[in-house]
Amino acid sequence: MSITNPTVTHYLAVNQPLQLTSGATLPEYELAYETYGQLNEDKSNAILICHALSGDQHVAGIDADGKKGWWDGYIGPGKVIDTDKFFVVCSNNLGGCRGSTGPTSINPQSGKVYGPDFPIVTCKDWVQSQNLLREHFDVEQWAALIGGSMGGMQVLQWAIDFPDKVRHAIVIAAAPKLSAQNIAFNEVARRAIMSDPDFHDGRFIEHDTTPKRGLTLARMLGHLTYLSDDMMGVKFGRELREGKLQYNYEVEFQVESYLRYQGEKFATKQNFDANTYLLMTKALDYFDPAADFEHDLSKALAQATAKFLVVSFTSDWRFSPQRSHEIVKALLDNDADVSYAEVKSEHGHDAFLLPNPHYEGVFRNYMERVHRDTLAVEAQK
Amino acid sequence: MSQGKIISNEFKLISNWIQPDSRVLDLGCGDGELLNYLIKTHNVNGYGMELDPDKTTQALGNGINVIQTDLNSYDLTYYFDEDSFDYVIMTQALQVVSRPDELLEEMLSIGKNCIITFPNFGHWRNRAQLMFGGTMPETETLPYHWFDTPNIHMCTFKDFEKLCDDKHIKVVARTVVNSEHESSLGMRIAPNLLGEVALYQIRKK
Repeated sequence: MSITNPTVTHYLAVNQPLQLTSGATLPEYELAYETYGQLNEDKSNAILICHALSGDQHVAGIDADGKKGWWDGYIGPGKVIDTDKFFVVCSNNLGGCRGSTGPTSINPQSGKVYGPDFPIVTCKDWVQSQNLLREHFDVEQWAALIGGSMGGMQVLQWAIDFPDKVRHAIVIAAAPKLSAQNIAFNEVARRAIMSDPDFHDGRFIEHDTTPKRGLTLARMLGHLTYLSDDMMGVKFGRELREGKLQYNYEVEFQVESYLRYQGEKFATKQNFDANTYLLMTKALDYFDPAADFEHDLSKALAQATAKFLVVSFTSDWRFSPQRSHEIVKALLDNDADVSYAEVKSEHGHDAFLLPNPHYEGVFRNYMERVHRDTLAVEAQK
Repeated sequence: MSQGKIISNEFKLISNWIQPDSRVLDLGCGDGELLNYLIKTHNVNGYGMELDPDKTTQALGNGINVIQTDLNSYDLTYYFDEDSFDYVIMTQALQVVSRPDELLEEMLSIGKNCIITFPNFGHWRNRAQLMFGGTMPETETLPYHWFDTPNIHMCTFKDFEKLCDDKHIKVVARTVVNSEHESSLGMRIAPNLLGEVALYQIRKK
C-alpha cells in the first residue's frame, strides 16, 4: 500500500503514570507516532521502527512541510521494508522534541515548560512506553522490531524486556553498551551545550532563547563520529574554500565548512531541543542491558526468544563491527536464531541510512523471512 | 552430469552420516543449500558461516541462520564453546584456508564430529599432468590456473590422513568418489590414485 502523503503524526495520550528507571514518575504523557501500510486482520504484520539519537517518528513518506522521512529509502511500497506487506509504526521517543512528551512540553504540575525538570528517561523506559503503543494497536507480537544505532539498542532492550512480543529483532550498527570513548564524546557534546551562556541551566525556553552555539558544536562533534576517516578524505581531503590559505581563523578547509553547516542546520533550521539532546546522550550512556544480569550479556540475551539479524559496517568506528560481534557471540551462546552480516562501506556509522547493494540485499532477504513467518502466524490463526 | 546432480550426490553422501535432529555448523556454507537440505531431510538446526557477501545474502534468502565472518581472522572457538555441535561440516574449503591444520583443531574442539570434503591432489590425472605435461594440473575438480586458484593448500588423501595421525585425530569414516561423486571398485582399491574427492568423518581420539 502506497504511503499517503503528506504523512500525519498521531498522538497516543497515556493517562497512567510511568515508573521510570531513575525512580522518578512521569504522571502522564503523549507518544507521537506515524504509521504506514495496513494492519492485517489478525494483526500479525506490525513492525516497529526505533529511531536514532536525533531521529523522530517521521521515518517514511513526505510530511506536510515537504520533508522526506529519515529512512524513506528503505520503507515504502516494494522497498526493503515493504508497506504492501507490513504495517509500519514509528514513534518519537519519550523525552524527544518532535511531539512526544519531553523537555519542551508543558509540565502539568507547574503549568510551565519542563525544560531541565523533565526526568531522565532510559532505553528501558522507552520500551515500556512503546509497549502501550503495541497494546493500543492490539498487536500480540511485533512481526519485527527494527532499529539502527541507538534504535538498534532499543531493539535489544525490547527483545530482553518483552521476549514474547518480538518475533524478529533487527539490530543495525549498534553496540551492547557504550565504550568509554563513546561516553567521552557524549560528555564533550553535553559540555558544549551546557557551557553556552544561552543555556540558562536548561531554562532557555523561558528566556526566549536557545543555546545555538553549544548545540551546533555538539552536532559537529556527533557528526564527526558518524563519518569515517576515509570518507572525509575522499569527500573533502584538504580542499580549500578560497583556493589558497588565508592564514586566519575563518573557515578555510571545506571540511570545516561542511561541519559548521551540519551543526548550524541542526541547531537552527531543524530547531532540535538542547535538553532533548542532553537526555538522549544520557540514555545512550546508561544503556547496558547486561548490567541487570551480572554484567553478562549472554545471560541478558538468554531472556530473548526473537530471531535476530545483526548488521554492522566495516568503516563504522562509532559502533564498530567488533561491537556487533559481541551481540552475535552472546546470542550464539544461547543457541538463538541469529544471522550476521558485515557490510563493506566507506560511509562510517552513517552507512545504515544510505544506499548500499549488499546491505539492501541482506536486509531485503531477511525481510522475506520475516514475511514468511508472518504468513505462517496468519495461517495458524 | 549437471552441477546440481553432483551437489545433490554430495549432499546425500554427507546426510548418510548425519543423525536426525542434530545440531550442525556448516563452514563456508555458500548459499546455504546443504544446510537447507539437512534441515528438510534430517530436521537439523544450526548455523552456516560464510565469508563472501553475495553468498551470505543468498543464504539469508534461503532462510538459514548465517554468520558472515572471515575464519582466517576469527577463531571458531571465539564464537562457540567446546562440543557445541554434533557435526561441523566443511565442504570443499579445507584447501582455501590459510592454516588448515589449525582450523581442523578448532572444528574438532567445537564439534563432536567433523565432516570434511576436499579434492585429491594425488589423483592420477593430476599426477599425469605434472609428470608428462610439466604443468600444474587443471581438471574438473580443480578448474583453476596456478596463478588464480583459491586452493592454496592442496593435499592428497595420504597427506590428510598423515595430518590426522600426527594430530591424534580419529578417522571415523571415509568415502572416496569421482568428480561426479560416484564411487567405483577401483576407487575403493586405490583411492589416492583413482579418487577425485573424499568425504571424511573425523573426531577427537
